Amino acid sequence: MMIVIVPVFIMAALFTWRYRGTNRNARYAPNLAYYWPVEILIWGVPAGIIFWLGLHLWSATHRLDPYKPIDPEVPPLRVEAVAQDWKWLFIYPEQDIAVVNELVFPAGRPLALRITSDTVMNSFMIPGLGGQIYAMAGMQTRLHLLADEPGEFWGRNVQYSGRGFADQQFRAIATTTEGEFGAWVEKVKASTQMLDATTYEQLAKPSVKVPVTYYSGVQPGLFDSIIAKWHGDGNHLHAQVTGTEQAR
Amino acid sequence: MLGRLTIDALPFYSAIAAGGAAVTVLGALSVVGLITYFRAWRIVLFDWVSSLDHKKIGIMYVMLALVMLMRGFIDAAMMRSQQAIAFRSDGYLPAEHFDQIFSSHGTIMIFFMAMPFLSGLINHIMPQQIGARDVAFPFMNAVSLWLTAAGAGLVLISLVIGKFSTAGWTGYPPYSGIEYNPGVGVDYWLWAVLIAGVGSTMSGINFLVTILKCRAPGMHLFRMPLFSWTVLVTSVLMIFAFPALTVACGLLAVDRIFGTHFFTNAMGGNMMHYINLFWLWGHPEVYILILPAFGVFSEVVATFSQKRLFGYTSLVLATMAIGLLSFTVWLHHFFTMGPSADVNSFFGIMTTIIAVPTGVKVFDWLLTMYRGRIIFKPPMLFTIGFLVTFVIGGLSGVLLALPPVDYAMHNTTFLVAHFHNTIIPGVLFGYLAGYMFWFPKAFGFKLNETWGARSFWCWIIGFYLAFMPLYVLGLMGMPRRMEHYDIAAWQPHLIVAAVGAFIIFLGIVCLAIQLVVSIRDRANARDLTGDPWNGRTLEWATSSPPALYNFAILPNVQSVDAFWDMKHRGVAYQRPERYVDIALPKNTFIPATVGGAAFVFGFAVVWYIWWLAAVAFAVILVAIIIRSSDDETEVILPAIEVKAIEEARFREMEAASKNEMASDPGFAGESVLEATS
Repeated sequence: MMIVIVPVFIMAALFTWRYRGTNRNARYAPNLAYYWPVEILIWGVPAGIIFWLGLHLWSATHRLDPYKPIDPEVPPLRVEAVAQDWKWLFIYPEQDIAVVNELVFPAGRPLALRITSDTVMNSFMIPGLGGQIYAMAGMQTRLHLLADEPGEFWGRNVQYSGRGFADQQFRAIATTTEGEFGAWVEKVKASTQMLDATTYEQLAKPSVKVPVTYYSGVQPGLFDSIIAKWHGDGNHLHAQVTGTEQAR
Repeated sequence: MLGRLTIDALPFYSAIAAGGAAVTVLGALSVVGLITYFRAWRIVLFDWVSSLDHKKIGIMYVMLALVMLMRGFIDAAMMRSQQAIAFRSDGYLPAEHFDQIFSSHGTIMIFFMAMPFLSGLINHIMPQQIGARDVAFPFMNAVSLWLTAAGAGLVLISLVIGKFSTAGWTGYPPYSGIEYNPGVGVDYWLWAVLIAGVGSTMSGINFLVTILKCRAPGMHLFRMPLFSWTVLVTSVLMIFAFPALTVACGLLAVDRIFGTHFFTNAMGGNMMHYINLFWLWGHPEVYILILPAFGVFSEVVATFSQKRLFGYTSLVLATMAIGLLSFTVWLHHFFTMGPSADVNSFFGIMTTIIAVPTGVKVFDWLLTMYRGRIIFKPPMLFTIGFLVTFVIGGLSGVLLALPPVDYAMHNTTFLVAHFHNTIIPGVLFGYLAGYMFWFPKAFGFKLNETWGARSFWCWIIGFYLAFMPLYVLGLMGMPRRMEHYDIAAWQPHLIVAAVGAFIIFLGIVCLAIQLVVSIRDRANARDLTGDPWNGRTLEWATSSPPALYNFAILPNVQSVDAFWDMKHRGVAYQRPERYVDIALPKNTFIPATVGGAAFVFGFAVVWYIWWLAAVAFAVILVAIIIRSSDDETEVILPAIEVKAIEEARFREMEAASKNEMASDPGFAGESVLEATS
C-alpha cells in the first residue's frame, strides 16, 4: 500500500512547492484536465493492489478464524467464559472448577473458549494473545488462543458496558508446564466455595473490582443454563440444560 | 401530570453537572440578551426564523453546526483531560459523567455538527451552482432545518434537565434497553436522533429533486460541478440510509416505552438486529458526510490551482462507485460478532475496494495542482492538509478492513484514531474549507485570511498530536472509552493527546477570532463583484450576497466550468433585454412551529408526559393541515423590482475594483492560454 501512499506525500510536497503561484518559471497548463494513461494508472494500480490484498485477505481470514481450532491434533484446554457486570467468570468443565477474574492455562497447549454474556454485550480480549470476540447473552461465541511462551497477560472486556467498565479486567497466566497448571487446579480445588445456582445468582449481580475468587466445584451444565435462561421465561437457571449448543 | 419529571432532574447533585447546566443556560440567555440588546427580534423572527430562502436556511444550519462544534469540542476536551490524569486515579470525572460525555460527543459531532454543516453548505450553494432560484421544496427545507434544531435542542437541554445517554453514540442494546438503562438518558438520545433523522431524510429528498428538476438550461448531469454531483450521490444515500436508522431507533424506543422485545436479551429479542440496522445506516452515513466535503475540495483545488479540475469524469464515476459500495460494507463494524470467515472475508474485500475510487479522487486532486498556479488561501491550506492527512486515515482504514487485524484493533483507540483521521481531515476540513470559500458569497465580504491560516495550522498540528498517540495506544491494546486505567505506559501518550486537543482548541479560538475580526473589518474586505476568487462555477455569477431569486435570468450552461466559460466568452454579466416577474416562497412561521412542537413532543416522550406529547403532536398535524390548505404560498417579485435590484448591482460592479485573484499570477488571460495543447 505504500506504493499508493508514498507518491501522495511526494506529489503533495512537490506540486505545492513547484506550482506555487509565485513561481513564474513553472509551466502553467490551465486546461490540462484529462490524460488517459494517467487515468489508467490511477485506477489500475490501486485496483491491482486491492485485488492482491483481497486474495490474502480471504486466505488470512480463513486461516485466522477465531472459531477454528489451532491444532486439531492437540486436545485443547476447554474453558467457558461468562461476562458479568463487571467481571469475568471462567468455568473449567473438565477440571470442575470456576474462577473469577483469573484465567490460568498451560503455555503451548491451545485454549478453546466458549464465551457468553449474562448481561449486556461484552467483548472478550487478551491483547497479548490474540483478537477479541463479542460475548452476547443467550448466545455463544468461540475463541481459540495459544500462548507460545509462558507469561502473564492482561485480559479484559473491550466493549463499553457501563459504570464498572474500566475495571472489568483479569489476569491471564500461561504456566510453564502442565504440572504447574495442575498445581494451580489443586489450589482452586482447595477452596471451600462451590458455584451452585444460588452462589451464581449472587455473583452475577453488578459488582466492581471483584478480587480473584476460586470455586472448587461447579453445578453441571452451568454455562449452558446461563445461555438457556434467556430463552425461557427468565428463570430457568435451575433447569438442567446440558449438551445443547445454543446459537451455534 | 409531569410523568417522571421531578425536581431531582435538575443538576444540583454534582458540581460538574451543575456547571454544564449553567454554561448551557447562560449561553441561551446571552443569545436572547444579545438579540434584545441589538433590538433585532423583528429581524430574527421575520427575516430569518420564518424564512424559506434556501440561502438563509443554509446560514442558519451552519450557525447551528458551529455552536454544536463548540459543545462537542468541550466534550472532547473533557475526555482528553480526564484520560491524561486518570492513571491509577479517578481523575475529575466520575464514570457516570465520563460516559455521558463520550456519548454526547459522538452524537453531537455526527448528528448536530456534521449533518447541519453539510445541509447548510448544500442549501446555500447547490441551488446557485446548478443555476436554480431555490430548492425544489422550500417549505420542506425549512421544516428539515427546524427538526434538526429540535433534535439539537433535546441534546442541549439534557444537560440542564435530567441526564444524557451513557450508551455511546451508537446506543447498542441491550445496554441501551430499559432493563439496563431505565433513566431518561437513552430516551434523550433516541428522540434527538429520531427527530433530526426525519429532517435529514426530507433534506435528502429535497436536494435530490432539486438537482434532478431545477437545473439551469444546458446543464446536463455531466456538466454539473463536482460539488453538486457529490450532493446528488449524498442525497440518494440519505434517502436510502436514514430509514434504517429511523427503524432501528424507532424499534428501540418501542422496546423502551411499550416493553416489546425487539432487541432485548430475553423473550426472543436480539441485539444483533439493531447492530445490523444501525450500521446499514451508519456506514453510508460516513459517506453522506464525506462526499460533499470531497465536492468542496474539488471546487477549492480547481479554483486555487487556477486550473480545470483534472479527471472530472473519473471523479464523478468514483463518487458514484463510493455511493454504491457504501451499502455493501456495513458488517465491517462488527467482524467480531462471530460471523463466519466467509462472511467476514466478503465484507472485508468490499471495504478495501472502496479504497480504489477514493484513491482515484486523491490523485485527481493532486493532478489538478500539477501545472497549476496555486494560491494558498485558507480553503486551499485545508485542502492540502486534507490530502496528506487523509491518506493516513485511509491506510489505517484498509488495515482495519482486514478481519484478522480488526479482531485485534476493534474497540481500541486505534479505531478511534482511524475514524477521527478520516472524519477530521476528510469531513471537517472540507466543511471549514467550504465555509471560508463560500463565506464571501453568503455575506459579501471575505473572511480574514491570516486568522484562517492560523486556525488551519492549529487544527492540523493539533490533529496529529491528538490522534497519532491514539494509534500507538491502540497497538498497545488500550480500549476506547476508558474512564481510568492502571497501565503506566499509556499515560505519556494520553498527555500528548491532551496537548493536541488543546492546540485544536486554539484552532477553534482562531475561527472565532477570524469571524469577529472579519465582521469588524468588513469594509476593507468587501466583495462587490460576487466573484472574489475568480471562480469557475455558477454560484460566483450571482451577487454577494445573492439576490432573493439568485438569478434574474436563468443562465445558459455550456460547460462544466460554466461561469469560467462565460467569462471567457465574454457573456458573463450581460444585461438582459428584459426582466421577468419572479415567484418567491412567502415567509411562514409554520416550519419553526413544527420544529418547536417536535422539540416539545420529544421532551414530553422522554419524560413520559403523555398529554403534552399528544398536544405537541396535534400542533404538528394542525400546522401541516393549515399549510396544505394555503393556496397563496408565493409572492411575485415584479420585473420592475428585479430590474431595480439588478441595475443597482451593475452600478456597484462598475464602481468596484477588480478582485485580487483576477489580477493574480495565474489569471488565465491571453498570456497563459498558449501554455496548453
